[in-house]
Amino acid sequence: MKPFVHLDGLVAPMDRANVDTDAIIPKQFLKSIRRSGFGPNAFDEWRYLDRGEPGVDCTNRPLNPDFVLNQARYQGASVLLARENFGCGSSREHAPWALEDYGFRVIIAPSFADIFFNNCFKNGILPIVLGADVVDRLFTATAAAEGYTLAVDLPAQTVTTPAGEVIPFEVDAERKHRLLNGLDDIALTLQLTDQIKAYEARRKADAPWLFV
Amino acid sequence: MTPRTLYDKLWDAHVVHQEANGTALLYIDRHLVHEVTSPQAFEGLKLSGRKPWQAKTVLATPDHNVPTKARDAGIVDPVSRTQVETLDANCAEFGLNEFRMDDHRQGIVHVIGPEQGFTLPGVTLVCGDSHTSTHGAFAALAFGIGTSEVEHVLATQCLWQKKAKAMLVKVDGELPMGVTAKDVALAVIGRIGTAGGTGYAIEFGGSAIRALSMEGRMTLCNMAIEAGARAGMVAADDKTIAYVEGRPQAPKGEAWDQAVAYWRTLHSDAGAQFDAVVELDAAAIKPQVTWGTSPEMVVPVTDRVPDPAEAPNAVKKGDWERALAYMGLQANTPISEIPVDKVFIGSCTNSRIEDLWAAAEVVSVLARNGRKVASNVKLAMVVPGSGLVKAQAEAEGLDKLFTAAGFEWREPGCSMCLAMNADRLEPGERCASTSNRNFEGRQGQGGRTHLVSPAMAAAAAMFGHFVDIREVLQ
Repeated sequence: MKPFVHLDGLVAPMDRANVDTDAIIPKQFLKSIRRSGFGPNAFDEWRYLDRGEPGVDCTNRPLNPDFVLNQARYQGASVLLARENFGCGSSREHAPWALEDYGFRVIIAPSFADIFFNNCFKNGILPIVLGADVVDRLFTATAAAEGYTLAVDLPAQTVTTPAGEVIPFEVDAERKHRLLNGLDDIALTLQLTDQIKAYEARRKADAPWLFV
Repeated sequence: MTPRTLYDKLWDAHVVHQEANGTALLYIDRHLVHEVTSPQAFEGLKLSGRKPWQAKTVLATPDHNVPTKARDAGIVDPVSRTQVETLDANCAEFGLNEFRMDDHRQGIVHVIGPEQGFTLPGVTLVCGDSHTSTHGAFAALAFGIGTSEVEHVLATQCLWQKKAKAMLVKVDGELPMGVTAKDVALAVIGRIGTAGGTGYAIEFGGSAIRALSMEGRMTLCNMAIEAGARAGMVAADDKTIAYVEGRPQAPKGEAWDQAVAYWRTLHSDAGAQFDAVVELDAAAIKPQVTWGTSPEMVVPVTDRVPDPAEAPNAVKKGDWERALAYMGLQANTPISEIPVDKVFIGSCTNSRIEDLWAAAEVVSVLARNGRKVASNVKLAMVVPGSGLVKAQAEAEGLDKLFTAAGFEWREPGCSMCLAMNADRLEPGERCASTSNRNFEGRQGQGGRTHLVSPAMAAAAAMFGHFVDIREVLQ
């Protein structure tokens, strides 16, 4: 996993609540057995005017001019500003894979769906929860100034606006540690092999029917 | 001892290691695997030279991509075929139990787990699928995970988790005739919203829940994720134990008695504290129909499509306007005047035998008056949840009842719940669906989904528009 430490990135706004993972990456692209290459199909149904199919080169597909991420001013954005319950619905990890491949490393919203939130941390994306009023202000500021950027500092747990306003955010200490260092979860867990085996031994005595 | 919730009991029984910050390493007893969210996990195992920790705790089956007709011809779409073949190859390589597409026990993961006795009370059960909450109906801790976690569970038999808060959704009283677990689920989501359960594990309790069958409880727990809760659960009782008894993978003999003694403890203790409590009066719940593009956009069938002018705030007003535009609906239209183009009875929410019985009862009542699927309905399909559900329905003659009335009777799979196979809506088509998500494009790009119960879907097929099932059954 790519570590995440600092980012000073262009902000793109997605001003709707309950953006679901079906919208982030439609089902036909889930047929891939690979982990990469989902970026060109991120938000496919909103982003293009034609019907998206797997394996089709997206460079010449007709873009939907009304879709916010297609606007020239948001090209190259790496911070996605979103509304309540972002990432709800399906557990598909293809959603963070698509967002990361598109170029997003930070998503800021008043709330996230649990599974999506968790999946982000496994893929080098930092989801930041900020108060609805703060997010509202950031939407206004993003709309007002073309080229609006935010500086995200994970060690300090802050988001800094171009005007110098410093907004603190919370992040679980263990997740922060793993994201900062790009650590492999499985290798860390396997360091606890003795404890897992001890648990299994206890459990076999208490609930032998589980081990058939 | 401090009274504990069912969630507390399930959690405590599975903690392998506790970090000071509240994160715990939880042991996972059962792992369901399907073709869509597993290939990258198996690839990860291979790249790192790891093996499954306990191969016998895994049950795999292809369900999302499989065709629901002409299955003998195999999967026509080469990309779908590759994904299913990849699952077959991975299961063979790692020694995992798989019900392949041609196995008579194949079906939707969340139908076959309980059916096989693979899902047991008191277990932790995960799957790379958000509707894993279904299995909480068995007083189990069951939740959906991403592909990285699928790999993690395969490699370590464990997951890092932070304990959620506990919510009790209490439904007391008697459900009116024609009102089902699906209507309860939608009414709960209508009340608390699609993010109302975020950060919580929901226990469903109260006399109306105890009165539900296991199938009904599965439907309810299945939809917990649509309320934002990763896990939903119901206390174990006689119905739970009776359902599990005799299933192929259920404990037998002395082990059975020992297991039952433990399962009897799987309920919240009197006086256990919940972080939130939501109460509903069962008698007041009406048949529900969603009108928008989120499961919380739901009203009773007797109501009208809401007016964005009456939305509680500006964000919601925008959401409602977008939803109505996408759904092709006018504000204030009576729900019963909305015509449907297609009807889908199936999915991990509503494809079990009891769901097919409920739909069949409606078809049977209406067919007596010579009614068939309405002429404006282009396709009405019934997709059983598993090969075993299909076989039972056929033994009872349900397939003939459905086909005589004009429904199509299909092979088991996820089908038009998410349209990864050939079953899908065309742009602008409107569907009465017993599935769980009415998101934009969910059943096919531009498709318009209305979530309903199996009885309501069957009635919509026969009338060509939504009707109040209570009037049909009277």
